[in-house]
Amino acid sequence: MTLEIKRRSLVMGAGAAVGLSMLLTTTALAAEPIKIGVVSHLTGPLAGGEAVTHTPNIELWAKQVNDRGGLKVDGGQRPVEIITYDDKTDPAEHIKAVQRLATQDKVDFMLSPYGTGFNIAAAPIYAKYEYPLIAVSAITDKIPELSKRFPNMFFTLGTTTGFVEGVRDTLVKMRDDGTIGNKIAMVNVADAFGIELADKARPILSEAGFEIVYDKSYPLGTPDISPVVKGAKAAEPDAFVAWSYPPDTFALTEQAIIEGLDVRAFYTAVATCFPAYADKFGSKIEGNLGAGGVNPDTPAMQEYRKAHKEVTGKEADYWASATYYASLQILEQAIENVGTIDRAATVDYIKNNSFDTVIGTVSFDDNNNSERYWSVGQWRDGVFRAVADTGMGDSVPAVAKEGWN
Amino acid sequence: MDILISGLLLGGTYALMAMGLNLQYGVARIMNLANGEMLVLGGLAAFWLFTTAAVSPLLTAFVVAPLAFAGNWLIYRYLLLPLVRRAKSTGQLEVDSILATFGMSFALVGIMVSIHGEYFTYSYLADPFSILGSTVALNRFIAFLAAAAIGFALYYWLNHTYAGTAVRAVSVSTEAAGLVGINVDKVSAMAFALGGAVTAVGGTLISTFITLDASVGVIFTMKALIIMIMGGVGDIRGAVIAALILGLVETAVATIIDPGLTLASAYVIFLAVLLFRPQGLFGRRSS
Repeated sequence: MTLEIKRRSLVMGAGAAVGLSMLLTTTALAAEPIKIGVVSHLTGPLAGGEAVTHTPNIELWAKQVNDRGGLKVDGGQRPVEIITYDDKTDPAEHIKAVQRLATQDKVDFMLSPYGTGFNIAAAPIYAKYEYPLIAVSAITDKIPELSKRFPNMFFTLGTTTGFVEGVRDTLVKMRDDGTIGNKIAMVNVADAFGIELADKARPILSEAGFEIVYDKSYPLGTPDISPVVKGAKAAEPDAFVAWSYPPDTFALTEQAIIEGLDVRAFYTAVATCFPAYADKFGSKIEGNLGAGGVNPDTPAMQEYRKAHKEVTGKEADYWASATYYASLQILEQAIENVGTIDRAATVDYIKNNSFDTVIGTVSFDDNNNSERYWSVGQWRDGVFRAVADTGMGDSVPAVAKEGWN
Repeated sequence: MDILISGLLLGGTYALMAMGLNLQYGVARIMNLANGEMLVLGGLAAFWLFTTAAVSPLLTAFVVAPLAFAGNWLIYRYLLLPLVRRAKSTGQLEVDSILATFGMSFALVGIMVSIHGEYFTYSYLADPFSILGSTVALNRFIAFLAAAAIGFALYYWLNHTYAGTAVRAVSVSTEAAGLVGINVDKVSAMAFALGGAVTAVGGTLISTFITLDASVGVIFTMKALIIMIMGGVGDIRGAVIAALILGLVETAVATIIDPGLTLASAYVIFLAVLLFRPQGLFGRRSS
């Protein structure tokens, strides 16, 4: 508060000086910005994912909003100012930084963090200060419990079960088509998300009549994944499913190429949707399945991908990038429709309305969950298309993977 | 056979991680916690040159080596030598160097994030290569050859040249080495710079088959520490042999028992060495 007053008086005092009159003009013309806080993993284990999926979208959205003059509130327009803190991918640091944004910076709104654990860890602070938390990179089956405890928390990217069911439906369809047989080799990274998905997948795949012929986990950061791929190959599976994280998604794919793991369905989880995945492997990954996927054909999606490339210089990923951008659109539309900075009213507005976004119309059910998401994608001619979804209805049937060429 | 060959190749990778730190800590007495970041920096150079100018990482290694040597020499000369000079005991130098290099590791992470915050992933020589009926990745095999070459070169240099003898003398006792006319500061600076160059070249080679990112360095520092302590501080043979043992055991456990137990097996061996040979496989008992 004192700082604020000091700064203002300083500007006024300096305004007398001719040299600084420019500064005064801009200060006087520009409305006070709406402060939007975000705690990012700029460094640490999740930094690589955050840098692909979240950060460029925040940059893009802030630029677009400010280019058109800002958000329409209080009868005028106010630009947005993004305040970012690094948490080193450390939950304790993360919570401290969120608290700081709420109490020191007194930001008007906050954006959601990257990673299920971080969203849940930060949720109590968002709830305490009534910040809407539109979680994106948070996939969990605990949505009903969480939204009951934190009524300001919304979910957009689906549930663990939904993800596994997407894989099951894809594989069942391929089996019905005669593309693959019954035998699945399944591996997972021995870390939260990988373990949870594998635990869900075992009964779900068995009930669908699949036989899991190889089922192993490997530690996070394994430097040599070749024993895993050799073991999977020796089990002679028809399909390979890996609940993997970015570095091992790359490593498993590379090793499968080297070992010549010849399956008609090859699925790796996180980061399969990254443009870097296609850059690395080129045409060899044609037909690869992975977590996520989008419908690249809608005008909104095409326009978004073009703007993303223009503003940030890189391609958006084919999964949560668009959903994260959609979460920013939801926040934007809610703020503008409430028409003033009122966080509780914004939460209410998000609860009770539907939003036109890059991923289509989004609305939230009684559990604050948007039951519309793509769950499995497949690389087809350099584009990662959705082949399974919940509530979207626009995915295409998966095709067989024809070797590693 | 698969286990033997994959294990040896993984051991070669580990040797690349640990040899540099061994020189830095064994001779220059700097416990360099930014070792992993130096390795990742070598990987970033390879990634960056490969994706922007299609430069082969093998070529990059020859650019990285002199640059890392010069960079590490400057770091030693201007950041660490003052710590060496003011340290009253080895213990104090260790604490000071740990703190200084810990800080340095954050600076390096920050620099690398600003260059490329995403994963450093590219594909180079990711082709199958068959030795003795076992299929391995060509890029891993080349890294293994490079590790072997670097290991032998260092071993020969340390044991059969005049300069190498001076380095070993400093590693045994800085005071005695000084008394027989060895310029301890100069030799230490060189050992530190050489260690940094070996680590960075290791990173360049490792980046062809492990996906690195700006923040991953600490994992390599830890691995290098374990290998160095297992092998014996200041002994290149020890580092190489400890690396090979670790590689073989991890691969055997992953293949025969369960891939989930590789980390556990590595720490079990580490504990066993600490219990039965606390000075490391080739280490000298401190008097």
